[in-house]
Amino acid sequence: MTIRAIAALVAYALLLIASPAQAQNKSIVVASTTSTQDSGLFGHILPLFKTATGIDVRVVAQGTGQALDTGRRGDADVLFVHAKAQEEKFVADGFGVKRFPVMYNDFVLMGPKSDPAGIKSTSDIAAALQAIKTKAAPFISRGDRSGTHIAELDLWKAAGVDIAKDKGPWYKEIGQGMGAALNTASASNAYVLADRGTWISFKNRGELGIVVQGDKRLFNQYGVMLVDPAKHPHVKKELGQAFIDWLVSAAGQRAIADYKIENQQLFFPNANAPGA
Amino acid sequence: MRAPLTDLPIVLDEVAVIVGDLTILDDISLTLAAGFPTVLIGPNGSGKTTLLRLAMGLLQPSRGRVTWGGRADALPTRRAIVFQRPVMLRRSAADNIRYALKAAGVARAARTARSTELLALVGLAELGERPARKLSGGEQQRLALARALAKEPQVLFLDEPTASLDPAASKAVEDVIRTVAARGIKVVMATHDLGCAKRLAGDIVLLHRGLIVETAAATTFFSQPATREARAFIAGELLV
Amino acid sequence: MPHDPSALQLILSGDPALLAIVRLSLIVSLSAVAGAALIGLPCGAVIALARFPGRELAIVILNALMGLPPVVVGLAVYLLLSRSGPLGSWGLLFTPQAMVIAQTILITPIIAALARQTIEDLWLEYRDELAAMDVGLAGRVATLLWDARFSLVTALLAGFGRAAAEVGAVIIVGGNIDGFTRTMTTAIALETSKGDLPLAMGLGLILITIVVIVNALAWGMRRAGERLAG
Repeated sequence: MTIRAIAALVAYALLLIASPAQAQNKSIVVASTTSTQDSGLFGHILPLFKTATGIDVRVVAQGTGQALDTGRRGDADVLFVHAKAQEEKFVADGFGVKRFPVMYNDFVLMGPKSDPAGIKSTSDIAAALQAIKTKAAPFISRGDRSGTHIAELDLWKAAGVDIAKDKGPWYKEIGQGMGAALNTASASNAYVLADRGTWISFKNRGELGIVVQGDKRLFNQYGVMLVDPAKHPHVKKELGQAFIDWLVSAAGQRAIADYKIENQQLFFPNANAPGA
Repeated sequence: MRAPLTDLPIVLDEVAVIVGDLTILDDISLTLAAGFPTVLIGPNGSGKTTLLRLAMGLLQPSRGRVTWGGRADALPTRRAIVFQRPVMLRRSAADNIRYALKAAGVARAARTARSTELLALVGLAELGERPARKLSGGEQQRLALARALAKEPQVLFLDEPTASLDPAASKAVEDVIRTVAARGIKVVMATHDLGCAKRLAGDIVLLHRGLIVETAAATTFFSQPATREARAFIAGELLV
Repeated sequence: MPHDPSALQLILSGDPALLAIVRLSLIVSLSAVAGAALIGLPCGAVIALARFPGRELAIVILNALMGLPPVVVGLAVYLLLSRSGPLGSWGLLFTPQAMVIAQTILITPIIAALARQTIEDLWLEYRDELAAMDVGLAGRVATLLWDARFSLVTALLAGFGRAAAEVGAVIIVGGNIDGFTRTMTTAIALETSKGDLPLAMGLGLILITIVVIVNALAWGMRRAGERLAG
């Protein structure tokens, strides 16, 4: 019986050791955001990338804050997020090599059919947010340092509202991803800021609908960066750079534009747009 | 050169066993010497089992001393015991004996042959591969006996070996005990079966309420009991 | 545009993504049970059978560790395996191996604590016989673990149940990577966060069914074994 025990131990150790070796074969880890994953974009573009290059892309979807932390720790090879200021700081601090713009989508303000703040069909996001605060209408915030959360905070500022001071029980921070925020808003008939992509594929809509869209301040820019191998020598810089090169190439940009849900394009490639 | 170690005689010197407020054994002085079987008799609760466990070394006395061949701390290497309700290991009968052989330090190569011998000795030759827990009560008792004999003990303790057995099984067990005693193993047995005691005993020790009432050779004890309790017990009137 | 398929349709059509997820869940959790058993069964038996100072405290701590929060274990293992952590050079973060490690840590106390109780109860029956045969601690551990094997299956099933049901540890150390570290529970969390609640619930029912099947198989093995070994 001891022989069997030893054999089991050896087999277990092999299971632990053997696989990462094969796993190194032409694969990279990309830290991205939950909203990008939830939109289904990766399911569409990654198989195309694999066919073109044979590289397996493993996407770890986290909040923007956590994705940047993952990059700083060296646990990912490439970052693909939507928080320009933070991305530029990431590069400036020496964690990333260079930031490339890739695409944009937009945020939309969702609200219940009953519209307690009376803002339906405004196209001014600042005015809408002011009305929500004034009427203390229920509002769900992601509260998780994600790109969406940071965009939301910037919009409150643009609306002249000091949200840290002025928030009340009507403002609920849930510390979770976009899908969870939409679920909560749908269940409690509240307002919520969402990226259009997640909204289009969201199934549990309840009474929610779009109340504000098209304001230029709702623009959501995505960037991609290679984690700096100078800081983390194990980073797969050739494979990672291949991914970045493909995303900004004509083929990658076309793949992004081709991704549609309910016949609507979600992401608009702009790798060549100046200042993106 | 030192004399080889022996566990005999086993000497209990003014031994008492007290658990909480209950005195199970009191002022026991007894010598178990090599030779014919010593049989402990007495009604239920008289302390027979406790005395066996004490002499086996499974129990520490509350007062007094137990020595084996003059030593106070002898490991049970040369002693074996068969409990009233023996516990079978969850494996085959033969494997139970092999287990005991291994515990006794017998080399792996010799174990199978030895266990076959022992199974034959206790009349379980065909049941070697049967799961031990599926044997009948009598068969388990005999298997426990074979297991105890695996270590080739100098002293064999038996606690009510025929208590739950039918006459045929009882006879089979008694035959084994007689064989084993004839081979020179010192048998110390507790029983409430007077017939069995008469048939097997060299010496009788009568216990009553934790005290030794009378000790005598078997023939003397049964023909001329010295004490009132002995007479009552033989007549079947000493119940507790 | 056709509705996204329901969980039932995915099973009936043998959807390869779903099968891969089920397969990974089983491999990760069963591997964790194997590892936890290798460590936990002997530990539990030794604590049951040995006498040492602080033994009662060890038992209390062991029982308390059964309630280790999965998300805390996940976070701790993440910090260990991160490239910036002490074991970063192993490169195990965001792999199935990391998930097995985290779940093994999570369920070892469960298996050890239940084994300790089982063995301690059985010891009452075996103590005299093994003392009479002068069996040492190592022998007692081996003998009781083997003789208690049918009852210990229950401890293993408890460990498996915990591992198969948890999401906190595997999602942090595995990263829920599509096609690589996505298990039943992390897939359910994902579909819930995407708002596809019917699919999430359907996957949940599949998970429960699988756990029931594993339990039924273990029960069958136990009954067959008992019939053979008594």
